[in-house]
Amino acid sequence: MEALEIARWQFGITTVYHFLMVPLTIGLGLLVAMMQTMWHRTGKEHYLRMTKFWGKLFLINFIMGVATGLVQEFQFGMAWSEYSRFVGDVFGAPLAMEALLAFFVESTFLGLWIFGWNRLPRLIHLLCLWAAVLASVFSAYFILVANSWMQHPVGVEMVDGRPVMVDAWAVFTNNTALVAFPHTVFGALAVAGAFLLGISWYHLWKRRHDGLDTLAADGTLTIGGSGARDAVDHRVWLRSARAGAVVAMIAFAGTGITGDLQGKLMFDQQPMKMAAAEAACHDGTGFSILSVGNLGAQSCDDITAVIEVPGVLSFLANGDFTTEVKGVNTLLPEYQEKYGTTLPDDPMYGERAGTAIDYLPVMEVTYWGFRIMIGFGAIAAAAAGAALWVLRKGTVPQSRWLMRLAVFGILAPFGANSAGWIFTEMGRQPFVVAPNPDPSGIDSVFMFTAAAVSPGVSLAELVVSLVALTSVYAVLLVVEVRLLFTYVRGGTASAMPELAHDDDHPGAPTGRKDDGDVLAFAY
Amino acid sequence: MTEALPTLWFVLIAVLWAGYLFLEGFDLGVGMLMKLLARNDTQRRVLLNTVGPVWDGNEVWLITAVGATFAAFPSWYASLLSALYLPFLLVLLGLIFRAVAFEWRGKRDGDAWRGRWDWAIAVGSFTAAAGIGAALALTTTGLPLDADGNRVGGAFAWATLPALLGAAAVVLFCLVHAAAFITLKTEGRVRGQAERLFRRLLPVAMIPFLGWALLVQLDSGSVITWLAVVLAVAAVTASYRCSVIGRDGRAFAALGAGMLALVGSIFGAVFPVVLPSTLDAAFDLTVQNASSSPYTLGLMSVVACFGLPLVLAYQAWTYWVFRRRVSEASIPAAHAVAAL
Repeated sequence: MEALEIARWQFGITTVYHFLMVPLTIGLGLLVAMMQTMWHRTGKEHYLRMTKFWGKLFLINFIMGVATGLVQEFQFGMAWSEYSRFVGDVFGAPLAMEALLAFFVESTFLGLWIFGWNRLPRLIHLLCLWAAVLASVFSAYFILVANSWMQHPVGVEMVDGRPVMVDAWAVFTNNTALVAFPHTVFGALAVAGAFLLGISWYHLWKRRHDGLDTLAADGTLTIGGSGARDAVDHRVWLRSARAGAVVAMIAFAGTGITGDLQGKLMFDQQPMKMAAAEAACHDGTGFSILSVGNLGAQSCDDITAVIEVPGVLSFLANGDFTTEVKGVNTLLPEYQEKYGTTLPDDPMYGERAGTAIDYLPVMEVTYWGFRIMIGFGAIAAAAAGAALWVLRKGTVPQSRWLMRLAVFGILAPFGANSAGWIFTEMGRQPFVVAPNPDPSGIDSVFMFTAAAVSPGVSLAELVVSLVALTSVYAVLLVVEVRLLFTYVRGGTASAMPELAHDDDHPGAPTGRKDDGDVLAFAY
Repeated sequence: MTEALPTLWFVLIAVLWAGYLFLEGFDLGVGMLMKLLARNDTQRRVLLNTVGPVWDGNEVWLITAVGATFAAFPSWYASLLSALYLPFLLVLLGLIFRAVAFEWRGKRDGDAWRGRWDWAIAVGSFTAAAGIGAALALTTTGLPLDADGNRVGGAFAWATLPALLGAAAVVLFCLVHAAAFITLKTEGRVRGQAERLFRRLLPVAMIPFLGWALLVQLDSGSVITWLAVVLAVAAVTASYRCSVIGRDGRAFAALGAGMLALVGSIFGAVFPVVLPSTLDAAFDLTVQNASSSPYTLGLMSVVACFGLPLVLAYQAWTYWVFRRRVSEASIPAAHAVAAL
């Protein structure tokens, strides 16, 4: 292994891990804010319980997004110093703006929300959550502007061999970013939707399993139990499940539409990425559903498409069914002519100087990354649709198997999100800043990944950090999941102490400043 | 005008670092005091809740300082972070554990569970403070950087006396700053302990910080920066005096002002160098040769002029909302889900 490989593994692992936490933060944050808004407008108890319960899970997860986000900001300088020096003039700006304009708002107002229960006036308290949640969405925009510039460099001129920003408007309205942003937000909502649906389904199932809710022969549901708490709780889970299912389906439609737009941009901007995603050697029009052969061979001539739908690839690329899309064999000579066949004889490339450049990304990863993303997204949406049908009478089957499937289904959108990111980042290789043959991009702006790594950092340092971060991440993931499980099992009472002690008379907390000098102790 | 932009950004980054040390200074210190000051779980919860609503917002000052360095001085950012690879790794691990511990500590019942997270908070706060202290000290005293801004001398080339001095300076400042903050923010037994700790610690706590400032002054100080050092000593003395006469707020503010004056004197003295090379002064990174283009700096200036006052306003409001003192009596029984 070389330092470059370790640095790439570290970047991949920390980024994918960060992106396990962030979509749930963004998606669940938006949903909790809506729940609290409903509580504010209607005053109904079940909305308060929904806010408190889902808000608790939101907070347990939120902090992991914060903690792992720190690593992202530092590692450009630590492990990729040549990259930072090369692109700092344009890439640093959106990162700094994210901190100054979005992350400050998010962190500060979330603190106000956590500790502000019963202390701030109700409306102000609600607005604090909205401020924090909208800031997290805004955060995503800034980060995607930065990432999109690596995919599609715009708004710069080359001065002394470095890109210098000349048009901030172009950078911040990069068409790649404007499409990636809604795609990512819909991806986050898909995660939150499946999360709500799976957990609520578990509780609805448990209520039937425990005999709290019973179903008469004629199909009418009796919401049973010992009192008010159970009836309100039933509403909590039913509303949450339905909201989750609807959100998941809307999110799938949203990711589909924006994903299609993204695909069309990618065919223009990074044709090799899409050719690799298709494992397509030759120019053609068909979309491969299943291709066999050695995808890892880095030569696509022994790959055969088993199932191929004609015309779909052309549609993805151009919106018609007949335009031939360039395959790997056509693109390779084009890339070699434009960007060279060997790495330049420059000391920055170390021992790699003069070696052949492989313009074909790892096809196993791009091919399957693309299909897992779409497939898992579709599975989640189909499950949500089915759940909505089953839930229409307010009950759920007693099937333990279906319940487990719903809980397990929470993972599908996470898988889709990760696969999507791996596809888009790995597909950019061998470039860290991808050149765009598209006329709207600036073709001369590109950087090979091999040139981006920190020259002064030793292999040992990178190995130490890779091992340390990966093992810490693994441990914390286990702890987080166990903590989430505990709170999920505890139900609404786990987020509202008053429910644990008094089943039939929930002391309804209000926004009154009744306990003036006591902080709302969250810790 | 455009010639002044790199200087303006140097000042802004110094302000962000000073803001970070002032604000997260006390919450890092409170984190360390979880193991040094509190005697039982209730006292630990009193300590935690003094910084509960604000620590996350305070940490963003660090993120913004680093982000602003990336945007305004990419070479400074790249050289510093890659040269100090291991110290920054420790800072990151410390901050990860600390953040998670703050949020998760009370989410389950059990002494073992809480005990582990208490250690995570204390050790995480300590490593973060020490690492940041070392990094800031080395930013002002220099690193062995070659002509390309890359570190020579291996993974531990940074392990020098100034690094140790900076680490001690920031750790001790955080501790004493936290003692002042807890005195200001609590009532009862915890407050008494913090007050005693503050008076006992203050006479020695600022010595490493002062030593770091003097190290820089002797190398490149001017009349103004020397004056700032004198001002800092006066402020710290005043802080002690205010504590003795029971003016907690003034003691806290005066200590903070002393730290700000020291940071001002340090950054003022190194200017216009942002990161000196200990190998050859010709390799120094300066506000001119390390900065972004005037266009980027101009854009960022507009954003900062609009954003920074806003941040100050709503963070000040947060402190005002949670201005009341915390006492052991105001800590309710723990509600942890395992008890259900």
